Amino acid sequence: MQGQRGAGCFGILLRKIGKPMLNGLEAAFFYLFAFILIGAAFMVISARNPVHSVLYLILTFFNAAGLFLLMGAEFLAMILLVVYVGAVAVLFLFVVMMLDVDFAELKSGALQYAPVGALVGLILAAELIVVLGGYAFAPQLAGGVAAPTPDIAVRHNTAALGDILYTDYIFFFQIAGLVLLVAMIGAIVLTLRHKEGVKRQSIPAQVARTPATAIEVKKVETGKGI
Amino acid sequence: MDLSTSLSLATPELIIAVGAMVLLMLGVYSSERMNTTISVLAAVLLLVAAGWMLLNPQDGSAFNDAFVSDPFSRFMKLLALVGSAITLIMSLSFARQEKFDKFEFPVLILLSTLGMMLMISANDMLTLYLGVELQSLAIYVLAAINRDSLRSTEAGLKYFVLGALSSGMLLYGISLVYGYTGNTGFEAIAEALTGAERQLGLVFGLVFVLAGLAFKISAVPFHMWTPDVYEGAPTPVTAFMAAAPKMAAMALTVRATMGAFEPIAADWQQIVVFIAIASMALGSFAAIGQTNIKRLMAYSSIGHVGFALVGLAANSEAGVRGVAIYMLIYLAMTLGTFAFILAMRRNDRNVEQINELAGLAATNPAMATVLTILMFSLAGIPPLAGFWGKWYVFLAAIDAKLYALAVIGVLTSVVGAYYYLRIIKIMWFDEPVGAFQPMAGELRVVLGLSGAFVLFYVLIGGPIGAMAGAAAKTFF
Repeated sequence: MQGQRGAGCFGILLRKIGKPMLNGLEAAFFYLFAFILIGAAFMVISARNPVHSVLYLILTFFNAAGLFLLMGAEFLAMILLVVYVGAVAVLFLFVVMMLDVDFAELKSGALQYAPVGALVGLILAAELIVVLGGYAFAPQLAGGVAAPTPDIAVRHNTAALGDILYTDYIFFFQIAGLVLLVAMIGAIVLTLRHKEGVKRQSIPAQVARTPATAIEVKKVETGKGI
Repeated sequence: MDLSTSLSLATPELIIAVGAMVLLMLGVYSSERMNTTISVLAAVLLLVAAGWMLLNPQDGSAFNDAFVSDPFSRFMKLLALVGSAITLIMSLSFARQEKFDKFEFPVLILLSTLGMMLMISANDMLTLYLGVELQSLAIYVLAAINRDSLRSTEAGLKYFVLGALSSGMLLYGISLVYGYTGNTGFEAIAEALTGAERQLGLVFGLVFVLAGLAFKISAVPFHMWTPDVYEGAPTPVTAFMAAAPKMAAMALTVRATMGAFEPIAADWQQIVVFIAIASMALGSFAAIGQTNIKRLMAYSSIGHVGFALVGLAANSEAGVRGVAIYMLIYLAMTLGTFAFILAMRRNDRNVEQINELAGLAATNPAMATVLTILMFSLAGIPPLAGFWGKWYVFLAAIDAKLYALAVIGVLTSVVGAYYYLRIIKIMWFDEPVGAFQPMAGELRVVLGLSGAFVLFYVLIGGPIGAMAGAAAKTFF
């Protein structure tokens, strides 16, 4: 498999890193989006009200989409808005509002986890440095990875992703579909129960009703009510 | 390579995939009386796919080298398909007696088998991962399928959580390997590793990939889930888990090490030697105190995986041949033993304790005799099949100058013989506790076939060895 073709957004990222400096309007927008993104992300974890957290999360997504646009990945930017803001964040809002969770109590112990969290964060950072350091030692790979994201003038971004997903990787796409089918069957097998005595809507039965079976005429006597 | 050639190479997989979906529709839209028919149809489908594969052997790679068909893949796929088909047939009587007849059961087995076939044919890290996920996800559901039983749901949940952890390790390893070689295809990875200086990050990736795979073959130190899941899952599901998925995961381990990581063989060999020794030792010692026969079989399978890995550790053609033969023999013995466990019924209930077998020789002499043969074979007593399996892998290890590994293997198999012999002693010399109910017809056939295979392996070992030899040539 031509591994380099699957590079996608990572390739774009690497190309950007390769550029010397951002300048002018591009730089201004980059820093605008980046600072709002980090600020909003911080507010997600520090806001007292969970609904505010989700709203800040939406702000974070919008700014991340802006960063993607700056990189020329307009399809990913739109997908981020449609999928994450349109579906995932709304789902979060539903969950936050429908489940009666006492978030203040949940957060009360947060400080006591801080040292472990910091440790995990440090280890993660160290690992990232090691991995990215490896790239610096093997520069020929970066060239191989970044090459195939086609120039936007040659091939449209969306079409290029479609090429990879539906032509080169069609085999994996189909297997992923089967994995999801198994997940669906599993969810139904493990949770669906047919209860007796549950009233369900039956459209044929509704359509088949006639005035004779549906309407009952009552003779109401004057002054008595039903 | 164009799509139609690719599809023709993957015909057995297509048969299973389309068949599973057709049976799913059939199950949804038909009455509950059809459930047995669907199980039988699923078993027939598996055998049809196996037959197709044998009658139209095609070599080559498909879908941009993501999928490969060669003698090794056909040999292991045959084992996985036949193993799955036999488990389905064995589950018929259990389904009748325990009201276990859900049509999703055969459909999930089919989809899981499809995942195994993809694992066996994997020639790309993405195929490897997706195959593993398809196979495992179906088994998580199967383990919990008896959802009103606390132990079954616990088994399913436990397996799911630990399986998700192992998937995480696998993916982390794959991403490191991709990062350091720039490729996901096995051949391309091997090419990138040949001649190049070996980098530390890549070894990390290798370790994580092997850890994820060791979890799937339940090798020590990633075996913790095995006894609990084997004990908690419904017995037909346990039989399935012990048989076919092991074939696929072992084939995948062989292909990943021999295919992708061949240039850094010295690195993975020491890992394989370690997990082989640890699995053999734990499989022998931990099984001694068990009282539940399904738990005992779990430890037994851990031990057997260790023995099979001895062949892989040798990193030679004889070693791969030994692994292939060992897995075939393990499959035959496991299916026979589980046919017996499914037939352990008293007062219309399945019993699982080993002391329920007491005095079986007096009450059910035929059953006791066949189980005795199987236990002798599992222990590795000549001239039964189990002995020859061990013989080939130890021989390969000695050829590769891994003397310590071979000696430890022989010693642990002596220790392991103790608990197999204990079962024989309980059956033949203890006071009878009463007969089992008569065995269902299909269980009789499976138990009989398995016993005959083990007993007469000496006579049919030649052609089987030749087939396994042809399969092993794939890598050399």
